[in-house]
Amino acid sequence: MSAMISRQVLQASAKRYGLLRFITAGSVDDGKSTLIGRLLFDSKGIFSDQLEAMSQTRYRHSMDDAIDLSLLTDGLEAEREQGITIDVAYRYFATPKRKFIIADTPGHEQYTRNMVTGASTADAVIILIDASKVKLNDNGRVTLLEQTKRHSVVAYLLQIAHVVVAINKMDLVNYDQTVYTHIVQAYQEFAQQVGLENIRAIPLSALTGDNVVASGDKMPWYQGPTLIEWLESLSVYDDCHDKPLRFPVQLVARHHGHEAHGFRGYMGRIEAGKVSKGDKLLVQPSGLNATVKDILMLDRSLESAAAGQSVTLLLEEHLDISRGDMFTAADHPARQLKTVTADVCWLSEEPLDPRRKYWLKHTTNQVAARVTTIHALLDVNTQQKHPVNTLQLNDIASVTLNMQRPLIADAYNMNRSTGSFILIDEITHQTVAAGMIRLNGSGVENAS
Amino acid sequence: MNTADKKHLIDAAGNHYLDWLESEAIHIMREVAAECSNPALLFSGGKDSVVLLRIAEKAFHPGKFPFPLVHIDTGHNFAEVIEFRDRRTAELGEHLIVRRVEESIKRGTVRLRNPETDSRNAAQAITLLETITEFQFDACIGGARRDEEKARAKERIFSFRDEFGQWNPRAQRPELWDLYNTRLHPGENMRVFPISNWTELDVWQYIAREKLALPSIYFAHERQVISRNGFLIPLTDLTQIQKNEVVETRIVRFRTVGDISCTCPVASDAATVEAIIAETAISRVTERGATRMDDQASEASMEHRKKAGYF
Ligand SMILES: Nc1nc2c(ncn2[C@@H]2O[C@H](COP(=O)(O)OP(=O)(O)O)[C@@H](O)[C@H]2O)c(=O)[nH]1
Repeated sequence: MSAMISRQVLQASAKRYGLLRFITAGSVDDGKSTLIGRLLFDSKGIFSDQLEAMSQTRYRHSMDDAIDLSLLTDGLEAEREQGITIDVAYRYFATPKRKFIIADTPGHEQYTRNMVTGASTADAVIILIDASKVKLNDNGRVTLLEQTKRHSVVAYLLQIAHVVVAINKMDLVNYDQTVYTHIVQAYQEFAQQVGLENIRAIPLSALTGDNVVASGDKMPWYQGPTLIEWLESLSVYDDCHDKPLRFPVQLVARHHGHEAHGFRGYMGRIEAGKVSKGDKLLVQPSGLNATVKDILMLDRSLESAAAGQSVTLLLEEHLDISRGDMFTAADHPARQLKTVTADVCWLSEEPLDPRRKYWLKHTTNQVAARVTTIHALLDVNTQQKHPVNTLQLNDIASVTLNMQRPLIADAYNMNRSTGSFILIDEITHQTVAAGMIRLNGSGVENAS
Repeated sequence: MNTADKKHLIDAAGNHYLDWLESEAIHIMREVAAECSNPALLFSGGKDSVVLLRIAEKAFHPGKFPFPLVHIDTGHNFAEVIEFRDRRTAELGEHLIVRRVEESIKRGTVRLRNPETDSRNAAQAITLLETITEFQFDACIGGARRDEEKARAKERIFSFRDEFGQWNPRAQRPELWDLYNTRLHPGENMRVFPISNWTELDVWQYIAREKLALPSIYFAHERQVISRNGFLIPLTDLTQIQKNEVVETRIVRFRTVGDISCTCPVASDAATVEAIIAETAISRVTERGATRMDDQASEASMEHRKKAGYF
C-alpha cells in the first residue's frame, strides 16, 4: 500500500516539469474522443464515479457493452442529444512527470473558431489521422484529407511550438508499417509547404491503447516514444526568459495619499524576459526611462523576477504611468504601431463590416480600430488565397488595421502575448475576431 | 508514505505548475479590478474560496481588496464554516456582505415545497441574482473549477450571464490567449473563475504550500451519519431517518462544504493537509461525485442549475 501511495504521490506532484497545454485536432470519427479518454483512463485520470455516470447515460452511440471511451469527454446534454460536441472543453490529467491541460476541440468543418481558441494557449498539438480513411493511390502515394491540412494550417498560423501527427486506428490496417510510412511521407511534404517544423509522427491505436501510454507488442517496427512519453518530454520554458523584457501594466496601486512618499506600485505579469532591482527600463509609449527600485510579491521583496510571474514593480522616479503602458528592455523596445498587418480569424456569425469600428484588446490596452484593407482570404483546405470584401465566421485572412492610438507590440512569432489581440463588437460586445500581428511577411502572407 | 515522499509532495516551493496557476489567477483578478466597475468576491468559507482570498491578497497587497466579499447563506450551514467565514474576514479586515435565502423565502421569491427540509442549493441562485441586482455587481468572482464536473469543463474564465442572470452555453464568448472580453450591457453580468484550471489536488497542494487555515470539518472527525445510496448522510436537524436506517458514528471528513441538506462527508482518517493530499492523489472519485447529492439527481443537473443562474 505504501509503495503504491508514494508512486501516486510522485505522480501527483509533477514537480520539475511544469505544465503542458495541448490541443487535439481531428475530424469527426478520427478517434479524438477515444484518444483523450484513453489518456485520461490510462493515466488513471478517470474517476470511478464518472465511469458509473457513463453506464447510465441515456444517449448511447453504440450498442457495445464495453465502455465507450469517447462518452467520457462529451460534456453538455445539448450535445449528447445531438451526438456532437459544440465547444472547447478543458480536461486535466497528470503523469509521474508532469501535469497536462487538454483543450478538446470538436473537428467539424464549421468550428475552425474552436480550434483557433484552443490553439491560442497550446504548447503542442496532436493532429489525428485515421489510417483506415487514407487511400493509397496507384502510384503508391497518399492523398491527405482536407481536414488534416486545415488543422495543420491553423497550427502553423497560431504558432504552436510542437506538432505530433498521430496516425490512429493502426489496428484497422493490420499495424502495417507501409501504410504508416506512406502517410508520414505525404504529411512531411505537406508540412514543409505550410512551414510547419518540429514534426513528430507516432503510429497508434486509441482503441487498444498501443503507443498511447504503453508501447504494446503490435508494432515492433516503431522504436520511438509513445505519445505520452513524447508529451512528457517537451520543453515549454522555451526562450521566453531570454527574450527582451515585456511588462504590460495592469493596475497602478497608490496608497497613503498622494505625497512624494506615498506608495505607487505597478502591477502586472511579466510576459517575456527578466527584471531585476536597479534595472533601467523604458516606459512605452511615453519613452520615459525608469529605474526599478523594488519588486514585490505579497510581503516579499525579490531581487529579480522572470516571465510568467505576476509582481508589483516600484520605481525610483515619479512618472505618469497607467494601465496599458508597457515596461520594456531599453535596448530592445517593442514596436509602436498605428497601423498593423495581421492575420485574423473571424469568430462571429455577423460578418466583418469594414465601415465600422471595433474595440481592439491587446495586452492591457483597448483602442478603437478599423479594418482598412483585406489583403487575402486563406482557404484553409486548399491553401489558396482569394481577394474578398468581407469576412465570415471561420474565415482566416490577412488584413490591415488602423488604430486610434498606437499599439506597443511585437510580431506574434516573436511573442504570443504582445503579438495577439481580439476584436470586440462595439454594439453587441461579442468577441468577433482573433488577431496575430505580422511584421515580416509570415503567416497567411507566406502560406503557399 | 515515507517522510521523503511526503517532503517531496508538500515542499511545493519549487513547483512550477503551482506558480503558473497562481500567477494566472492573480492576473485574472487584476483584470477584474481594472476592467469591471463593481465586482464582488463570493466567499463561502469553503476551501476554494479560501484559495481565492489568498490570491486576492497576493494580487492587491499592500492595498485592500478592490471588492467586497459576498456570502449567499442558505441558512443550512455547518456552524464551523460560518464561524470560520467571520473569523477569516475579520483577520483580513475586509467587508463581508451576507444575503440569506431565508429572506428570499420571506419575500416570496424563493418557493420551496418544504421550506424546513428541502435543499436550498438551487434556491441560492435566486438569492444570488437578487443580491447582484441590489448592489449592481457587474462581476462575481467565484471558486468554481473545470475539473469539478463535466458541465464546468466548457466554462469560460469570464463567464457571461444575460440580463436574467442565465448561462447559455451557446452564447459564451470565445476566450483566446489571456485576452478577456469584459464588456457588458446594463443588467448583464460576469462570473469570473480565476482558479478554473486548478484541480482538487492543486488546491490542496496550494493550501499546504501557503499554510492556509480551513474550517475544521475538512479534517477527519467523528460524526453521526447514515449510509444511504452510497453516500454518508450527516445527521442534522434536517435529516429524516427512513425505516431500516441506522445512525452510526464514523470518522469522516468533508471534501466540499455546501448546504448541509445535500453535502456528505467521506469516510477518511486524514486529519492533516498532508494526509488529505495523499488521499486526493489516489482518489478515483471526483469531489462532487463523492459528496453532492444534488449533482446526482440527473446526469445534467449541474448544467440545468448553471443555466438557471447558479455559479
Ligand atoms: N478500430 C479502431 N477504432 C477506433 C480507434 N479509435 C477510435 N475508434 C473508433 O472510431 C469511432 C469514432 O471515435 P471517436 O473517438 O468518437 O471520434 P471523434 O469524433 O474524433 O471524437 C468510435 O467508434 C471509436 O470506437 C482505433 O484506434 N481503432
